[in-house]
Amino acid sequence: MISSIIFIIILGAAGFLFYKNVAFIRRNIMLGKKVKPSGDSSERWKTMIKVALGQSKMTARPIAGFLHILVYAGFIIINIEVLEILIDGIFGTHRILSFMGGFYDVLIGSFEVLALLVIVACAIFLVRRNILKIGRFHKPEMKKWPTTDANLILIFEIALMMAFLKMNAADQVLQARGVEHYINAGSFPVSSWFLVPLFESYSDSFLIFVEKAAWWFHIVGILAFMNYLPYSKHFHIILAFPNTYYSKLENKTQINNLESVTNEVKLMMDPTADPYATPATDAPVEKFGAKDVTDLTFIQLMNAYSCTECGRCTSECPANITGKKLSPRKIMMDTRDRLEEVGKNIDKKGKDFDDGKALLGDYILEEELLACTTCNACTEACPVNIDPVSIIMDLRRFLIMEQSKAPAEWTTALTNIENNGAPWQFSQSDRLNWKNEA
Amino acid sequence: MAVEVKTMAELTAAGQKPDVLFWVGCAGSFDDRAKKITLAFAKILNHLNINFAVLGTEESCTGDPAKRAGNEFLFQMQAMGNIQVLNAYEVKNIVTTCPHCFNTLKNEYPSLGGNYEVQHHTQFLQKLINEGKLKIEGGEFKGKKITFHDPCYLGRGNGEYEAPRKLIEELDAELVEMKRCKSKGLCCGAGGGQMFKEAEKGDKEVNIERTEDALEIKPDVIATGCPFCMTMMTDGVKLKEKEHEVKVFDLAELLAKGI
Repeated sequence: MISSIIFIIILGAAGFLFYKNVAFIRRNIMLGKKVKPSGDSSERWKTMIKVALGQSKMTARPIAGFLHILVYAGFIIINIEVLEILIDGIFGTHRILSFMGGFYDVLIGSFEVLALLVIVACAIFLVRRNILKIGRFHKPEMKKWPTTDANLILIFEIALMMAFLKMNAADQVLQARGVEHYINAGSFPVSSWFLVPLFESYSDSFLIFVEKAAWWFHIVGILAFMNYLPYSKHFHIILAFPNTYYSKLENKTQINNLESVTNEVKLMMDPTADPYATPATDAPVEKFGAKDVTDLTFIQLMNAYSCTECGRCTSECPANITGKKLSPRKIMMDTRDRLEEVGKNIDKKGKDFDDGKALLGDYILEEELLACTTCNACTEACPVNIDPVSIIMDLRRFLIMEQSKAPAEWTTALTNIENNGAPWQFSQSDRLNWKNEA
Repeated sequence: MAVEVKTMAELTAAGQKPDVLFWVGCAGSFDDRAKKITLAFAKILNHLNINFAVLGTEESCTGDPAKRAGNEFLFQMQAMGNIQVLNAYEVKNIVTTCPHCFNTLKNEYPSLGGNYEVQHHTQFLQKLINEGKLKIEGGEFKGKKITFHDPCYLGRGNGEYEAPRKLIEELDAELVEMKRCKSKGLCCGAGGGQMFKEAEKGDKEVNIERTEDALEIKPDVIATGCPFCMTMMTDGVKLKEKEHEVKVFDLAELLAKGI
């Protein structure tokens, strides 16, 4: 009875905290500009099912992809067990779903197999990060917290799965001894094989303690892990789904046309427009391009929270490969960090507080933006369809159109386009001269 | 051999309409190396008696470099100017030898009022081969090792990986792939306005990295379908002092030699 009350209190507190943190992130994402997503909703659902649910882009790298699918499947399927744990916890029952008989045995058996596979996969991931030191995990933006975060997630997952197996091991020894409350249920292909031999010599009371302790560790651990997500790159397990739903569906190298500019250009080209007309004073002043996170769209901001810092983008980026400062992953990490900062400022100091900082300049430097070749290797590589190029382009637009900070050579090329319709200084009247050069 | 090229203005004055507009592009009009690609493609069009025209002096930059450099104003000024000309001539079909013009005309003009069927020249040529209209004799390239460098704006950008490769097969050549190819192809380093400025500080130029990919598989020819990739790969091969063993050609040039 008391344990039921404690359980309900912990569950309620964890649920409330999680709700608060998710609401903070949701509010932050909605600070972005509203835009119409691309394609129709059936196309978007299809993309989500294929890319997020079906993990279609993960296997571009077979080893990491295969291991990730194990952890992903394990995570989703083993969570069915959490349902039983919740009911048992609230009502003080034990293995409430065991009335399903043979099917229950199959479920528990497969959870065990998956738990083992998750442990193995996470262990290999730890080795890849910390011993093999795979390059993309050790770029400058991965120093300190991002590396700790990644290792914590893996250790957490191993610990949770170990608790699950220990709980089962103690349980089945108690079942075999016919101890009261421990009804015969479940099949345990993994824990019976390597944990049970260790447990058999212990007393009933000690094993009951182990079983209870592992049970509590498992469920409290899951609730704690859930509350860790909003602070971690691991939030991708939730946002991967809406993020892929809002994927860019146009051809990759298509860059959006700024409507604010279209209006200006149309006015410029309209011979009937009154050049002396004063603009409507209530019209909001349009900024061209993006200076800070609030100039980006909600999709771009969701992209930032969906990034799990795997670095596939950066390892395919031609600029990064050749030693330039640009790293598409850093663009996403900076966007998230800045958005968190803006969000906290709003909560603490009010909606209109200006901390004098911006995404452009304080987080992302001109040198990074200018190095992008817009080749879209990053968007192709991203397993959850994040689009760093669109953020780079919006910041570049601000840099060029609002701050006039184009490199001198660009200014020359663009002036040529303006004057003679080509990036080089050739007269437009010579445009057909090639035909005489045969 | 001289090429026969009519402008839209000439055809319109004679009360005629072309089946397709050949969009030459700035590089194709002014860059010495790219002009050879333009001529090769025009030669193929002549050979097949295709009723085509160019805009000639009425053509202007699509605005791609301006847009990628962040100057959306200049891009849209260019776009709207071009769209006025194209729509005035009631252009329906466009073929171009530049993937950047191709991408801009195809993807970025429609919402500004320019709706056309746009093809890259490799797609256009593949269609002619499929229809049996264009017959290629491998000749000089028979059995040669040819690798194809995917231009980002054709491949990853617009999903066209097959047409250029089909053309290489038509030449009876041996198509060899670089370790990074198709959707994983490495950029030549020219896109996004990089063609018109020095690279940012780094350890290496992107075109050298890409040229090394190509030289690794020891091809006789590096084929491409973009005037900017052409510049980058040609420079890369020269820097590696391999210009006598490895030639860089556009697919239009390879096919023009076989007709």
